[in-house]
Amino acid sequence: MTAILRTGTGRTGFRLSFGGGPLPLYLGGAIILGWFVLALLAPVVAPYDPIYQDVAARLQPPSLAHWFGTDNFGRDILSRVIWSARIDLQIALFGVVFPFIIGTVLGSCAGYFGGWIDTILMRIIDVVLAFPFLVLMMAIIVILKPGLSSFYVAMALVGWVSYARLVRAQILVIKSSDFVVAATSLGYSHSRIMFRHLLPNAILGSVVFSMSDAVLVLLNGAAISYLGLGVQPPTAEWGIMIAEGQSFITSAWWITTFPGIAIVTLAMGFSLLADGLGEKLGVRE
Amino acid sequence: MNRYRFVLYRPLQLLPVLVGISIITFVLIRSIPGDPVRVLLGPRSTPSAIERIREQFGLNEPLWVQYLYFVKNLFHGEMGRSILYKVDVLKLIVSRIEPTLVLVGGSVLLALAITIPLATIAARRRGSLADHVIRLVSTAGLGLPAFWLGIMLIIVFSVQLDLFPVSGYGRTFLDKLHHMVLPCLTAALALSAVLTRNLRASLLAELNSDQATAARARGLPENQVFWRHVMPNSLVPTINLLAINIGWLISGTVVLESVFAIPGMGQLLVRGIFTRDYMVVQGVAMCFALATVMVNFLADILTVTADPRVKL
Repeated sequence: MTAILRTGTGRTGFRLSFGGGPLPLYLGGAIILGWFVLALLAPVVAPYDPIYQDVAARLQPPSLAHWFGTDNFGRDILSRVIWSARIDLQIALFGVVFPFIIGTVLGSCAGYFGGWIDTILMRIIDVVLAFPFLVLMMAIIVILKPGLSSFYVAMALVGWVSYARLVRAQILVIKSSDFVVAATSLGYSHSRIMFRHLLPNAILGSVVFSMSDAVLVLLNGAAISYLGLGVQPPTAEWGIMIAEGQSFITSAWWITTFPGIAIVTLAMGFSLLADGLGEKLGVRE
Repeated sequence: MNRYRFVLYRPLQLLPVLVGISIITFVLIRSIPGDPVRVLLGPRSTPSAIERIREQFGLNEPLWVQYLYFVKNLFHGEMGRSILYKVDVLKLIVSRIEPTLVLVGGSVLLALAITIPLATIAARRRGSLADHVIRLVSTAGLGLPAFWLGIMLIIVFSVQLDLFPVSGYGRTFLDKLHHMVLPCLTAALALSAVLTRNLRASLLAELNSDQATAARARGLPENQVFWRHVMPNSLVPTINLLAINIGWLISGTVVLESVFAIPGMGQLLVRGIFTRDYMVVQGVAMCFALATVMVNFLADILTVTADPRVKL
């Protein structure tokens, strides 16, 4: 708590400086950047069209022509893994950003105003948290029709609670700080105090949390797609690729193995970044 | 507040949560587009047949009346009838509860069996190679998709080594255990990644605590200090973390039951979703939520009774 208070001074807010940071920070950043570049350059880097079906080359094991082998439709696994990065990075980004914004706004309102707003919001949070995350998400996705956009909506509806709780707790701590009292006595408006004075100091913990949250969002997105409720075939996405390859585990291990490794590396990138960022900014989860 | 009163009052605080759970499940499932009656009747759906079934299931009443019926029935232990299986949802859930319980219980035990030795090594030899390896592996483990890990274990242990069945649940007790090894191991590995990091951190803090120093000053051997003083205290936050993560563990079992084709509640839920079986999805989601609330309640009590420093 004290560490968080020390990092920002009053209204100047926080600044991220990347000089002399610890190894996890750089390693995590490099992994994510690597996947990002791969995703961006997918049309150039991927050796084949990710949905082109080469019937003559079905279920080929890894070889020089197909580094990661081919699936039961003769599609190149390497190309599909690379193209999937576009979807999965997008899942990690949007799946974090929407809950982050909603949770931060609601959480800071609850913490700042207190009273009945706080009570109602906390009760809603209790109820949402009572449900296993994935179970509630699945129920919402089914109402909206399976698909990627439904996943984002469900993510936003369920995921905001963690951010709201984090920000609320922070606001409660710094609400009585001298600089906030000073701002109040100067007659600043609620929104000015909230967004210019409180939030810049309260949000640090959420920023670090959002990195580790990206891991969970990525895994959830892949799991939802694996169950057939997220990204729909023939779009290449790691979760779907794993689901499609499961029927062939006795004969073609490569279909499921490589997309999984892709998920693990990207998730590890986010974990490392969260660790490094937390250490650097002095935020403990 | 007195500790005993806390144990008595806490359930009362849970009441609004329970009401909230019932409202959310009810509203969610009723807002699903598509007519379950048409799904039920299939090609036989004539207007009069549809009307008869709607009447029979009370689907013609206004929504709030349906909700009141729903709550009233809950108190009688009735969660409605599965439109697809044509049996009471509660009976259906009871028949599916065993595999899920075994899966959750087995993975928790297995996860602790993996976590405690790993965290012990990492904390007692801080900064050693073993510590770094354990930290790296547990960080990587955080990002392991359980469903993929399960398939990898199937490929290695079932397909290549032929040690365990690929999927299913089995009939006799031993057969069931044999079937559940891989699913439990999958969930336990994913879980222990979370727990090891946490337990290592609290072990490190506890190793430097006053009470550990005091125990050493009394001349206790380091082993005894560790296992009798440091470990029990450090386990409390870890078990608490385990309880907080129960929802996450249940989510995991839902997916794993699909991976390993285990006839548990998770599979029931997924199937219910795809067949638009309102009552089943509602019942299972509610049971899972109830279980989550109960486990968190038990964890609260554990923390309060195990750690006198906790302020109520």
